[in-house]
Amino acid sequence: MKHRSPLEQHHGKQPRVSVPAEAAAGSLQSDMEDKSTFSPRELTQNPLKKIWMPNKNGLPEKHISHRMVCMTNCPTLIVTVGLPARGKTYISKKLTRYLNWIGVLTREFNVGQYRREFLKIYKSFEFFRPDNEEGLKIRRQCASAALNDVRQYLTEEGGQVAVFDATNTTRERRDTILEFAEQNGFKVFFVESVCEDPEVIQENIVQVKLGSPDYTNCNTEEAVEDFMKRIKCYENSYETLDEVLDRDLSFIKIMDVGQRYLVNKVMDHIQSRIVYYLMNIHITPRSIYLCRHGESELNVKGRIGGDSGLTPGGKEFAKKLNQFIQTQNIRELKVWTSQMKRTIQTAEALNVPYEQWKVLNEIDAGVCEEMRYEEIQENYRLEFALRDQDKYRYRYPKGESYEDLVQRLEPVIMELERQENVLVICHQAVMRCLLAYFLDKAAEELPYLKCPLHTVLKLTPMAYGCKVESISLNVEAVNTHREKPENVEVTRMSEEALITVPAHQ
Amino acid sequence: MSTEHKNLTQTPLLKILVLWMGCNLNHGKGSSVPQFCNSPTVIVMVGLPARGKTYISKKLTRYLNWIGVPTKVFNVGQYRREAVKTYKNFEFFKPDNEEAMRIRKACASAALKDVAAYFTKEYGQVAVFDATNTTRERRAVINSFAKERGYKVFFVESICDDPEIITENIKQVKFGSPDYIDRDIEEAMTDFVQRIECYKASYTSIDDEKDRKLSYIKIFDVGSRYLVNQVQDHIQSRIVYYLMNIHVTPRSIYLSRHGESELNLLGRIGGDSGLSPRGLKYADALAVFIRGQQIKDLKVWTSHMKRTIQTAEALGVQYEQWKALNEIDAGVCEELTYEEIQENFPEEFAMRDQEKYRYRYPKGESYEDLVHRLEPVIMELERQENVLVICHQAIMRCLIAYFLDKPADELPYLRCPLHTVLKLTPVAYGCKVESFFLNIEAVNTHREKPT
Repeated sequence: MKHRSPLEQHHGKQPRVSVPAEAAAGSLQSDMEDKSTFSPRELTQNPLKKIWMPNKNGLPEKHISHRMVCMTNCPTLIVTVGLPARGKTYISKKLTRYLNWIGVLTREFNVGQYRREFLKIYKSFEFFRPDNEEGLKIRRQCASAALNDVRQYLTEEGGQVAVFDATNTTRERRDTILEFAEQNGFKVFFVESVCEDPEVIQENIVQVKLGSPDYTNCNTEEAVEDFMKRIKCYENSYETLDEVLDRDLSFIKIMDVGQRYLVNKVMDHIQSRIVYYLMNIHITPRSIYLCRHGESELNVKGRIGGDSGLTPGGKEFAKKLNQFIQTQNIRELKVWTSQMKRTIQTAEALNVPYEQWKVLNEIDAGVCEEMRYEEIQENYRLEFALRDQDKYRYRYPKGESYEDLVQRLEPVIMELERQENVLVICHQAVMRCLLAYFLDKAAEELPYLKCPLHTVLKLTPMAYGCKVESISLNVEAVNTHREKPENVEVTRMSEEALITVPAHQ
Repeated sequence: MSTEHKNLTQTPLLKILVLWMGCNLNHGKGSSVPQFCNSPTVIVMVGLPARGKTYISKKLTRYLNWIGVPTKVFNVGQYRREAVKTYKNFEFFKPDNEEAMRIRKACASAALKDVAAYFTKEYGQVAVFDATNTTRERRAVINSFAKERGYKVFFVESICDDPEIITENIKQVKFGSPDYIDRDIEEAMTDFVQRIECYKASYTSIDDEKDRKLSYIKIFDVGSRYLVNQVQDHIQSRIVYYLMNIHVTPRSIYLSRHGESELNLLGRIGGDSGLSPRGLKYADALAVFIRGQQIKDLKVWTSHMKRTIQTAEALGVQYEQWKALNEIDAGVCEELTYEEIQENFPEEFAMRDQEKYRYRYPKGESYEDLVHRLEPVIMELERQENVLVICHQAIMRCLIAYFLDKPADELPYLRCPLHTVLKLTPVAYGCKVESFFLNIEAVNTHREKPT
């Protein structure tokens, strides 16, 4: 529950929603008078995304904002706060990955990187001593350089969120950032990580610091010793975010790796989503297994979509999957499927309880359901070409796009973050979306990620990323992966359109 | 264990695949989203009187029930009113009033007993224990009660010292309380303030050190700040998210369907047709109506379907399109008339009438599916202030059911006629509803449950 502050700041930046000409002119009264040039009810459907847009003089208007995800009017600057080895970079990278996946353009700016580029060689912790004037000067310059890049990203490159990853442990430094944000019309949200558990800190150092460029030439003991001294350099001047002194700031304080959170003055939708995400992630070691259903009857016929059952080969895969899972000796494995026959039949072979999620259903191909690519080319050649032009955003008539899939899969991702060991038995397009989230793949790549049948991907979070192991269970299956053809023009010949279609019955 | 291939059949109502014998679904009913409650959860409110505990209890309960988690409020004040027929004055709550203390303890016990019965006999999943629970002792009693029975406990404490907010609370909800029915306002206010004082001396807030093993959220100053500790599971995480998104700033939500569409005129369901001439008239009338309401900072939302967008276009203001607001997908029945459905899919038609909420069209959706996809819309409506939502019949029914706390069996039969705007204004513990028919004739698309 919250008090609303009277202003939602609009600092000069144009809102993201586009506006019919009449309303842009100002008062609501004006459009009652003159409708001669603009018929508000003429709508055309954008051919790619199937979004209805008003026509303006026969040309479609730049599209009215449609709710893909959190709308924020001004760019947001997320500022991490905390001593070294408290997980700031881990959080920065993960949050950036999540926001980009749901469609919010985000980039992280790690001040340590700037320092490494400037200094070239890291000697020892002495650089970070609070009485090292030269060091302080360089560090301040690096922070400024990073902020400059933030400004460019948010104002000129269309970025929506920038994550400023540094210790930011003094009020003075944070005030500088607040001023910078104020001048540029950015909202600020602080994310502080507080942790005193020596085991957690030690583990952090082992996982990510030892491999850092700063320590490539040190042995483990030296590195740990130096890093501990480095932390000490910050401790004396550390001013944590304070409930009283900082009560007008928007922030979340994460304590002891998520045991406890203090959340202050959440200002808008995106901050609310960020808080929800941060409160759901954990660092307990676990693995996520992704695979598709076993080969289905429509797969072998080269038909997309539908709700068919498994072929004998698919059933064989299900058996092998069961054996594989047994050998993995997974603690408390949860199994999830879609509500389509082929994933459920696959899960049945495992003889364990499983949960069916409707949102894990394969992409809805609308009017193209159960067609072969050849038939789509014959009956919907325009659609087929549009899909090849922008496969991520392309929406099947009366169906969905990959972009729609990502939106409907967001609760699955959120729950995967909360869970520990999970096996998700799903479908090609769905698996591509999930994989893109874990491996930080961009929208352009996502629809072309390889997710072959009868192959299990084991994802294990590690350091700042994800280790991937691909395990083929050695059961033959058709290939359902269609690469992007060279010619994506509507005018192309059928042969050119169909050249990348995989073989089928 | 035999792994031979077993037959999967699709349940005719929900179109969910199950084994012909033995089903791996929780609760045996299946739904579009897994149900994540394994042990029942007791939500325990904590806070001085007039801190919004009952407001939060009722709202949270309404939300959880709407998303399909059976939840019930147990308000200890109610139990007290039943035990002590007439409320005299604040002296009942004095800490040295032994007789009263006995009664109050007995009421709390009775309420806890009913909580247990709700879980074991009525398949409840969440119980909201609404009382002050301001002492460590009382909270320890509840905690033990829950632990013994394997229930999870989640505390929700509301802390507020802003005198304006407290006075406003008292005005909004206490004056109308059965306790003060025969009093005038000043008397009631004086008495209630003294009632609060009775609790203050013994009030111990949840202690961040001593209680660090408990799961709780502390809400400060109506949502300015939150402290969240040891969230254990999915449902607690959802509850925290919800509590962090609601607010008490006065505002109104306007719900309307698109203007009458071409397919409406033909008696056909679904599809993506444009507005009929009368529908266009409605769009203009809606624009006039909205202007007349003089709404501050109105947001306008539509679906991705032509008919809602055409309606919004007449307003001449910015609007946002939400795919989640699209009408229910009638699958193979899209664009058919009811007569055609009866003719071609008589079994489906009959099943739908038997259980309209959970019935899923072949290759389509159910009302239950709709609720799931509308949850982010509801969450954003909670965050927002003045909003006009231009949507569709089934969608509007789901949204209204949330605001007016209508159960699943009533939801698919709620009346949402064309060319009528519903204005919802949160007030006290509920929602005031005003219905505005904008005087443009339209077909009736409401189908009652046949007998």
